[in-house]
Amino acid sequence: MPGKILCVVGESGSGKSMCAHALMGLLPDTIIREAGEIAYDGRNLLTLDDTGWLALRGRHIAMVFQEPMTALNPLMRVGDQIAEMFEAHNLLTPRQRKQKALQLLREVGLPEPERSARAYPHQLSGGQRQRAMIAMALALEPTVLVADEPTTALDVTTQAQILELIRDLQRRRNMAVMFITHDFGVVSDIADRVVVLQHGKVVEQGAADDVLRRPQHAYTRALLAAVPSMQPPPRAPLADRAKAVEVIGLDKTYVSGGGWFQPERRVRAANEVNFDILQGETVGLVGESGSGKSSVARLVMRLIEPDQGTVRLGDTDFTRVAGRALRKERSRIQMIFQDPFASLNPRRKVGNIIADGPIAHGTDPAVARQRAAELLGLVGLNASAMERYPHEFSGGQRQRIGIARALALEPEIIVADEAVSALDVSVQAQVLNLLEDLKTRLGLSMLFITHDLRVAAQICDRIAVMQRGAIVELKPTAALFSAPEHPYTSELLAAVPGQISSSRAA
Amino acid sequence: MSKFWRTMLRNPGGVIGLTILLLAIAIAIFGPLLFPTSPWRMVQRPFLPPFTVPGLPLGTDALGRDVLAGIIYGARVSLLVGLVSTMAALAVGIPVGALAGYFGGKVGDALMRFTEFFQTVPSFALAIVLVAILQPSIVSIVLAIAIVSWPPVARLVRGEVLSLRTREYVQAAIVTGQSHSWIIWREILPNALSPVIVLASLMVATAILLESSLSFLGLGDPNLMSWGYMVGAGRTVIRQAWWITVFPGIAILLSVLALNLIGEGLNDAFNPRLNKEGR
Amino acid sequence: MLSFIAQRLAKAVVVLLAIVVFNFMLIRMAPGDPAMVMAGEAGASDQIFVTQLREKFGLDQPLPVQLYRYVKGIVTLDLGFSFRQQMPVAKLIADRLPATLLLTVTAFVISLLLGVLFGTLAARFAGTWADTAITILALIFYATPLFWVALMAILLFSVAMDWLPSFGYETVGANYTGFAHVLDVGAHLILPATTMGLFFMATYARMTRASMLEVKRHDFVKTARAKGLRDAVIQRRHVLRNALLPVVTLAGLQAGTLVGGAVLTETVFAWPGIGRLMYEALLQRDYNLLLGVFVVCSAMVLAFNLITDLIYRAVDPRIEFAS
Repeated sequence: MPGKILCVVGESGSGKSMCAHALMGLLPDTIIREAGEIAYDGRNLLTLDDTGWLALRGRHIAMVFQEPMTALNPLMRVGDQIAEMFEAHNLLTPRQRKQKALQLLREVGLPEPERSARAYPHQLSGGQRQRAMIAMALALEPTVLVADEPTTALDVTTQAQILELIRDLQRRRNMAVMFITHDFGVVSDIADRVVVLQHGKVVEQGAADDVLRRPQHAYTRALLAAVPSMQPPPRAPLADRAKAVEVIGLDKTYVSGGGWFQPERRVRAANEVNFDILQGETVGLVGESGSGKSSVARLVMRLIEPDQGTVRLGDTDFTRVAGRALRKERSRIQMIFQDPFASLNPRRKVGNIIADGPIAHGTDPAVARQRAAELLGLVGLNASAMERYPHEFSGGQRQRIGIARALALEPEIIVADEAVSALDVSVQAQVLNLLEDLKTRLGLSMLFITHDLRVAAQICDRIAVMQRGAIVELKPTAALFSAPEHPYTSELLAAVPGQISSSRAA
Repeated sequence: MSKFWRTMLRNPGGVIGLTILLLAIAIAIFGPLLFPTSPWRMVQRPFLPPFTVPGLPLGTDALGRDVLAGIIYGARVSLLVGLVSTMAALAVGIPVGALAGYFGGKVGDALMRFTEFFQTVPSFALAIVLVAILQPSIVSIVLAIAIVSWPPVARLVRGEVLSLRTREYVQAAIVTGQSHSWIIWREILPNALSPVIVLASLMVATAILLESSLSFLGLGDPNLMSWGYMVGAGRTVIRQAWWITVFPGIAILLSVLALNLIGEGLNDAFNPRLNKEGR
Repeated sequence: MLSFIAQRLAKAVVVLLAIVVFNFMLIRMAPGDPAMVMAGEAGASDQIFVTQLREKFGLDQPLPVQLYRYVKGIVTLDLGFSFRQQMPVAKLIADRLPATLLLTVTAFVISLLLGVLFGTLAARFAGTWADTAITILALIFYATPLFWVALMAILLFSVAMDWLPSFGYETVGANYTGFAHVLDVGAHLILPATTMGLFFMATYARMTRASMLEVKRHDFVKTARAKGLRDAVIQRRHVLRNALLPVVTLAGLQAGTLVGGAVLTETVFAWPGIGRLMYEALLQRDYNLLLGVFVVCSAMVLAFNLITDLIYRAVDPRIEFAS
């Protein structure tokens, strides 16, 4: 549909990317098309031969991919890669192609277009690379732009800019845009029409307003309900409790390079970081990639050593213990990791994965295994999981196993590093509920690291916002959302997609 | 594991390789029982072409020795040297790589400089010099081959360990209070093993090539009949008696080929993803 | 760029020094008194001569002094004296070096060009009979002992067909000059260079094929297809260029193997290079000469590594950033 943005939404495995690739004729040969047609300009694209596709691709239908770093050739200058678009269709002279490329780079808002054109992809930032990708896609003024999760790999503030750019270009050029995403926030910001996919089938489609506000299909409703709201729920005050964790003046600088003839590169991952967590409290650590939030989590866990500063667990100075004493103290603070596929040893059975920790601390193996079975029940899995290997479980189930492993040592504090970020939205909601529930029942304190402000709003008592290794603002959640003080906090909050519609809906 | 073997057995190259290798092993073990006489003994007149005298299907060499008997005894030397020197190289390479990768820092740097040094030195030339100076014997040959072939193992293991060390499940083992040795043995090495197994099978092949090249140059163990020695001895009379050089060469080719095929089969079985041809 | 070269050169010098020290230790690893070993080389082992040798080479001095003298000698290009050939080792090697360079460079260029070509073809037609044929041939040549291929080539092209000379560097006694001389050397070069190149050709073909199939899966190839670029352009500009990077790395790593190949090839074809010299030193138990050739070979490998490093850096813009 010309002049409209169509969003295709679905969870992983729903077949949304497949749609995009089919439209470009880019499906691998191993996939056999059973039936159907793609109508474009009165023709069925699926009847095209190779030369037909060559003429169509780029010229009439262009595509933007998810990960701009891998979607650009690392050995070619950005300007040349854009100029190649004209070359592919034998348009213009080489000189004109160069000029057009510059003009396009300017149009998508890249700073210093001349320099960007000469740069190699690795010399640009993620957002700049995606702008360059968009410039490339727009070069031949296509009538249809296919964008496959174009903002998923980007930080939230960059995402907001790219969405704005796509919307703006679409209006100016009156293009049709097919926008693939898993994020309902993005949908509500950008879509005119919405198609919801589940297991490769369209379960619902219609105008954006209708689908988002009056969803007909149960699946759509469930998906929408699982999106965390930006309104923090009221939380009981936690005054006059003892401190479970106290972080004082944590400093960490990464130095790389610095050989005989090379200058050193310094990255400040933690800069004078101070915060504390009360018993039973959840403190969120929020920031974009490279803000140092994961480094702080690892410093607190003593997975990396700080240059300076102290981490106290109750009365113990956790940064001063070493060797056997350190291994013993470690049981008090446990971690839940981000990637459910990398956080479990593929060659050990689930029962061992959970029981290994207690056994290392001297628990009798039989008792530890008994306890592991109970823990599996606690996180909502069957005890028969004990004898199976991690690859037999889904992402959400693996994350539950990871939680059981962390709980096995009966810790006082849990550090959750992006623990729900890799999960689909419906699974994410379940795991968040489980965490919240366990925390209350077992009286745990929690440090919750996330880039997603919506998730933070739902689970944190207080939130610390990090930028370039430093905490710029630390406040109770409700106060942070309603009255942000630091400009960076306001910027982050404003960039969260999908706020117009949720306030509209509310 | 049964799934692994099924993938392996579906790979035609791997099956061919396994068949040839098993045959070679059988010859190495049982062959000398069928040919109890020494391969060095003169059995007929010299330069007897193949298939002319019954009982000597591959003919005789310049001193009237049975070529077939030589090949059968040579299998022992080739397989033994290949296996033992690879084991020795693994015994050095795996610990060096694992320590360098796991602990990093100054010790790791020093270990890697050491490894790089051995990798820069031209390996075959070093093997020649070592065997020549230590005097040719089966021990010096195994030692020389092990010395020139451990660096790739160390580099591979270090790379694997470096990447596995930052895996979240290894970090999970650290935070649950496991000891270093437990983490290295239980969490890291089992997951680093498959590429090492593939490399090891290719190393046995390279070791066989190296041994035969050394023997060809006259640096073989003077008491043991080997394929490389036979080719080297036959080379001066190649114009009169082609069979003396051709058959032992084929024996080397087949065993090295078999090991390479097995290595590829293992690699495909360990990484099923790479097996599929995508566009 | 200059600082990079300086850095690499400094590193190469350090490694070379380490090799020299290593060499010094090797000769002392030999069973028996080094002076006796040298005397044995010279074919005379009476007591007076041994004492003379000991004094002449400072073998009566403490080890560090010996090491200092040895390193100093090598820095001034003095690689010792070959008693067997009655000539300084450095002179012997210098005479033979050009022939080896001619052989290895020719073999290297042939193997790289043809290897990449066949690898590209195999990847381009992956799964067809052409791919299967190339893959099987590459597997076989990858497994064939070099000295044996060389002998088979002689048997086939020299003995059976009588097409090409199989022996030496030029026709002895023909005294060709000018272009005729070039042709004559060229004819002598064909067999050794191609047989030596076969193994490396197989290696590069396998690497190129695997690497191209790997690169083909990358997203940027999809981008190129989405642009509507013709397949030939995609293969050349996007796939091949990226696929060549690991091939360059491999070529650098194989420099040492190339030297080993030269020893075997020159031995079989009586090619008058330093590989053949090494074989002669072996036959005569001429340890000074053997170790001299070894040091020069190591230096050649270092130089070759330096060149591949520079090439890699020139092809891959990311290096500057990463290092």
